[in-house]
Amino acid sequence: MGSVGAKDIPQLLSPEGLRIDGRHLNELRTLSIRAGPLHQADGSAFVEWGANKVMAAVYGPREVHPRHLQQATRAVIQCKYNMAAFSVDERKRPGLDRRSQEISKVIGEAFESVVFVEEFPRTSIDIYIEVLQANAGTRCAGLVAASVALADAGIPMVDLLPAVAVGKIEGQIALDLKKEEDNYGEADLPMALVPQSGRLVLLQMEGHMTPDELARSLDLGVQGCREIYEKMKAALRDRYSTGPTPGGAA
Amino acid sequence: MSDEVTAEILTTHILDLAAEGKRLDGRGPDDYRPISLEPGFVVTADGSALAHIGDTAVVAGIKLEPGKPFPDTPNAGVLTTNAELVPLSSPTFEPGPPQPGAIEVSRVVDRAIRAAETIDLTRLVVTPGEKTWVCYVDMHVLDHAGNLIDTAALAAVTALAHATVPARRFQVGESDYPLDVQHVPIECTFVRLGDTIVVDPTFHEERAAQGRLTVATDELGRVVAMQKGLVGAFSPDDVKEIVNRALRHGDRMRALARGGPA
Repeated sequence: MGSVGAKDIPQLLSPEGLRIDGRHLNELRTLSIRAGPLHQADGSAFVEWGANKVMAAVYGPREVHPRHLQQATRAVIQCKYNMAAFSVDERKRPGLDRRSQEISKVIGEAFESVVFVEEFPRTSIDIYIEVLQANAGTRCAGLVAASVALADAGIPMVDLLPAVAVGKIEGQIALDLKKEEDNYGEADLPMALVPQSGRLVLLQMEGHMTPDELARSLDLGVQGCREIYEKMKAALRDRYSTGPTPGGAA
Repeated sequence: MSDEVTAEILTTHILDLAAEGKRLDGRGPDDYRPISLEPGFVVTADGSALAHIGDTAVVAGIKLEPGKPFPDTPNAGVLTTNAELVPLSSPTFEPGPPQPGAIEVSRVVDRAIRAAETIDLTRLVVTPGEKTWVCYVDMHVLDHAGNLIDTAALAAVTALAHATVPARRFQVGESDYPLDVQHVPIECTFVRLGDTIVVDPTFHEERAAQGRLTVATDELGRVVAMQKGLVGAFSPDDVKEIVNRALRHGDRMRALARGGPA
């Protein structure tokens, strides 16, 4: 949603209604998910989604650090989303920033809604998301990776959490924005779905949409999440049908 | 998070095996784990590589941006090296500011790259005293199964060897050009296990070790950087032997770092 001079705005939709990478409005970017690429973590997953590359690892249930966060009746979920310095065009200074902290918080809360935290009192389930290459939609890619990593770690959950962003480009509702569409589009609406219940556990929005556009966006997002859900399940099936030996990262 | 425990019985077993010249994973004392390199792993970087030594994995990314030279070196560009031991890579790493371990990895890799004159810093200068390229080398540890220094260094030099100066993007020149890499330093790390000195230690071998020594060499056969780490000691004869072994491994690994697709 950058406010850039009009002449800089690229054409995001062709006369035929195709997007800059040739996709239809309701089409996802290519998505590949690999469960269990890391060796130290209790669970891990690597997601390549369009030009995004995101690694997630899960440790736990384990001792809570810092200790005062411990809960007597349930596990706490601690999520850290981090971007590598070289993951974006302009080098990102390493370390915590407000954006990463907010994303960590909403992703952690999304997982608290589906993990059976009461099964593991006085423990922590730690989720680490590392964005290695970013091209819009990294929080959704991170969520998908973390969700598969949680399953890989054997953490009991209501369901996996597929996630995707819907946006508006040149007045049209479009699924799964890439960077140019995110920068120059009119709205961005990331969401994460619990497929079994059909409910959303992460939902953010920025931009301009009418109530009707928003309604259509939610429907399109849910449809996209269901497609992603199948790929998440397939990644886990792949990992455990070929045996439990972890392969190399990426 | 508290340090992960390497059981006493495992430590004893590692030392007993080493006394017979054997290792837990079947390697000999002078064998590296399998090495793989993937240059160009991250397209948002100006140069990048994913390096694996065994199960240890590090991604290095190069970023070049125009900046100002330091006032005391108006004719030299700026090189900044940084390693992140993110908590994803090991149960022993905590989130937060860089730990001493991460700082040691960054500094040892930085010393080798700088001392070997991997890149000619004077050629990064655009206008002396005014404008130069700043070269950032960022190393991101993904999986820590031992010997981070060698893996991080290999990722870093491979990324540099395949880097492009983004002159067009920053309107410093007409077109982008390859970063000129004149020397390629290779770091080789050894640990003492009793009377045996083994190369490329695993995580548990590092825990059992009585001293660690890293030696960086370049293709001219020069030693360009060293770092002794962990508790323990080496005799001058040990050091001489380690340098000779590092030179041999360096030649083989340098060919890997230089090769591969751009």
